[in-house]
Amino acid sequence: MGKVLMKGNEAIAEAAIRAGCLNYFAYPITPQSEVAEYLAKRMPEVDGVFLQGESEVAVGYMIFGASACGARVMTTSSSPGVSLMGEAISYITAAQCPAVFVNIMRGGPGLGGILPSQADYFQATKGGGHGDYRLLVMAPASVQEAVEMMMEAFPLAEKYRNPVMLVGDGLIGQMMEPVEFPDNLSIPATNKDAWATNGMDTRKSDKRNLVKTLYLNPEELNAHNLLLKAKYERMKQEAVKYEPYNLDSAYQVLIVSYGTMSRVCKTAIDMLKDEGIEVGMVRPQTLFPFPEQAIFEAAACESCKVALSVEMSMGQMIEDVERCIKGRLPVKWHGKCGGDVPTPEEVIDAVKRLIAEY
Amino acid sequence: MGKTFKKPEALSDQPTHYCPGCTHGIIHRLVAEVIDELGIRGSTVGIAPVGCAVLAYNYFTFDFQEAAHGRAPAMATGIKRVRPDLTVFTYQGDGDLASIGMGEIIHAANRGEKFTTIFVNNAVYGMTGGQMAPTTMPGQRTTTSPLGRKPLDVGMPVKMAELLAALETPSYIARQTVIKPKYVKKAKKSIKKAFEYQLEGRCFSLVEVVSTCPTNWGMTPVDALKWTEDTLLPYYKLGEYKTPTNGGNDAK
Amino acid sequence: MQNEVMFAGFGGQGIMLMGKILAHAAMEQGLEVAWIPSYGPEMRGGTAYCTVVVNERPIGSPIIRNPRHLVAMNRPSLEKFAPMVKTGGVILINSSLIDIGAGRTDVDALNVPVNEIAAEIGAAKAANIVALAAFVSRSHIVDFELMREAVKNEFAAKAKFIPLNMKAVDRGAEIAQA
Repeated sequence: MGKVLMKGNEAIAEAAIRAGCLNYFAYPITPQSEVAEYLAKRMPEVDGVFLQGESEVAVGYMIFGASACGARVMTTSSSPGVSLMGEAISYITAAQCPAVFVNIMRGGPGLGGILPSQADYFQATKGGGHGDYRLLVMAPASVQEAVEMMMEAFPLAEKYRNPVMLVGDGLIGQMMEPVEFPDNLSIPATNKDAWATNGMDTRKSDKRNLVKTLYLNPEELNAHNLLLKAKYERMKQEAVKYEPYNLDSAYQVLIVSYGTMSRVCKTAIDMLKDEGIEVGMVRPQTLFPFPEQAIFEAAACESCKVALSVEMSMGQMIEDVERCIKGRLPVKWHGKCGGDVPTPEEVIDAVKRLIAEY
Repeated sequence: MGKTFKKPEALSDQPTHYCPGCTHGIIHRLVAEVIDELGIRGSTVGIAPVGCAVLAYNYFTFDFQEAAHGRAPAMATGIKRVRPDLTVFTYQGDGDLASIGMGEIIHAANRGEKFTTIFVNNAVYGMTGGQMAPTTMPGQRTTTSPLGRKPLDVGMPVKMAELLAALETPSYIARQTVIKPKYVKKAKKSIKKAFEYQLEGRCFSLVEVVSTCPTNWGMTPVDALKWTEDTLLPYYKLGEYKTPTNGGNDAK
Repeated sequence: MQNEVMFAGFGGQGIMLMGKILAHAAMEQGLEVAWIPSYGPEMRGGTAYCTVVVNERPIGSPIIRNPRHLVAMNRPSLEKFAPMVKTGGVILINSSLIDIGAGRTDVDALNVPVNEIAAEIGAAKAANIVALAAFVSRSHIVDFELMREAVKNEFAAKAKFIPLNMKAVDRGAEIAQA
């Protein structure tokens, strides 16, 4: 199949179907409502399930119910809606059910705005819901990458029996770019008979399955949490993805940036190169697991004097960057979080100020 | 002579954690009997609430999920939409269904989701320790209405069966009780009907069961039965509030 | 080399569609392209705009402060965006609705009365296509014939509108070259 021009939201919707996800529950919210609008038309064509729930709270549990009985399922929302799903996400993670959540982020806190933002970094990577849990968080920087990540998200969710969250700032959802879908993609359904409440008759078993999150016995709960922890450690070993940019140069500044923001940084890096200033970048493609080792190693470059976390949030990712760099370099922040995406010129100014200072 | 009384296959051997005089055990048994009689144990998924029945999954012998507080109808919707061939029921108390889960139950009923809800109404929060519920009676003392529920302050008790029956979407809505053998028979009949409507793919079905809580009411089991009959039943009237064929708007 | 064009006007003038057709043509030409809409509250009334970025190489920042070109369909958008256009770019001014100039001497300002032209050919709704054709013809941002094909494809489901839109394309090109 050739290239087609699609809005990120629509491409995400189509990618889900092609990844074999025929079950979608959602509640409308700007700037991602096109996903629901697209799937309201498309799901009936493929005999899939489309349901607009009464709230994001309910949608979260529709996802939980469907996932717990073995279906491949997803929802999409935007920041305030994802807050409401936080409860269900905690339960789904505790119950070890696979599901895909997409957050096309808008500005916050509160009602905030509807323009691009990355202010849900903490929500996605550190919690949002209660308890000790992690999501596998993917962050595309283009519509094509959003499609590819959607296709990876379902098998990863099923492999780890854990929700996967794809986060994109509003632009990833609203922008149109050419995309190519792989031909004849088939992600076979995994056998979930060992745990899913899909009915004893379905799995021809007289042993019933139970999907629960309650562990009243402290030893049992601790053991359950250790099991989850071991899984997150395994993700850290296996699932980290990042893109290095200009790291083979003698860079003076190391940028860490993701999503649309990282594209702006790439342009800034190219423009700085033309002026004879070298800047390197690590672009996390997974926010959890975070590319800890890559950033640690990139910070060891002898010419590098300072690291800069460029984010459309008020200094959230910087905490992870600092953690990875372990004090080797000073770590600074540059960002904006009102809906305006910082321009390459602004990033260039920030870099030049740092070079002058360090 | 063979056995005349035996445990339903759908019920497990595990002794329940319910208090003496609590009617959850009877209601569990009725659900299990109906599931046995309909021969659907292998295709049924139950959903446990948050509340006294949170551990209900230990007492049944088929697939079970445990929901967050109030969200069982949304989970049931998720299951039923992706696996319409499974029989799904939620088992919820009055704090769970009529308070925190009010939105989920109304919208599930209004969409006509084809699952069944067993709604156990004993006019109080049980597991959390006897706090006031939306169904607590005027003047009824609870740990959060120590001087008795004051309708001027917190409104009148919610009549869920009537409220849900008012929706235009066809459904089966009934209220029964299990405080005397004659009521138990009727309750079982309603529960069976509710499951049958689901199996026919016909409508949403809910049976409210007016129940007791001697522990949190501070009564002996016998007094609790009497209080139920004298105080709850005149307000929470028994009967079938809606069947999918009345009102002339049965979708079938 | 990267080229950017901003299409701007009132909601209802077919601003987003102009950008979309151009993006399609660029894609068919094998270029990298990104179409970025404004999706703020200005979607309803006020100024609507979108930016199309084309490049032979992968596109970095999709956020453009200074576009190379501007197609201004109403006066507020000309006033707002004309000062941002890069030196040497094309500014198409819809002179049917705008009675001022670009206020720049370092750009190629092109006055086209797109509403009158569209009305003349009996296709009042195709004013945006007249503007798009005039702009592409003048700027050569994409291959003109590929743009024409993209217009055809856009109306594939409403084939009866194709002849009028083709006329709009031709008239747009003529006036841009006049």
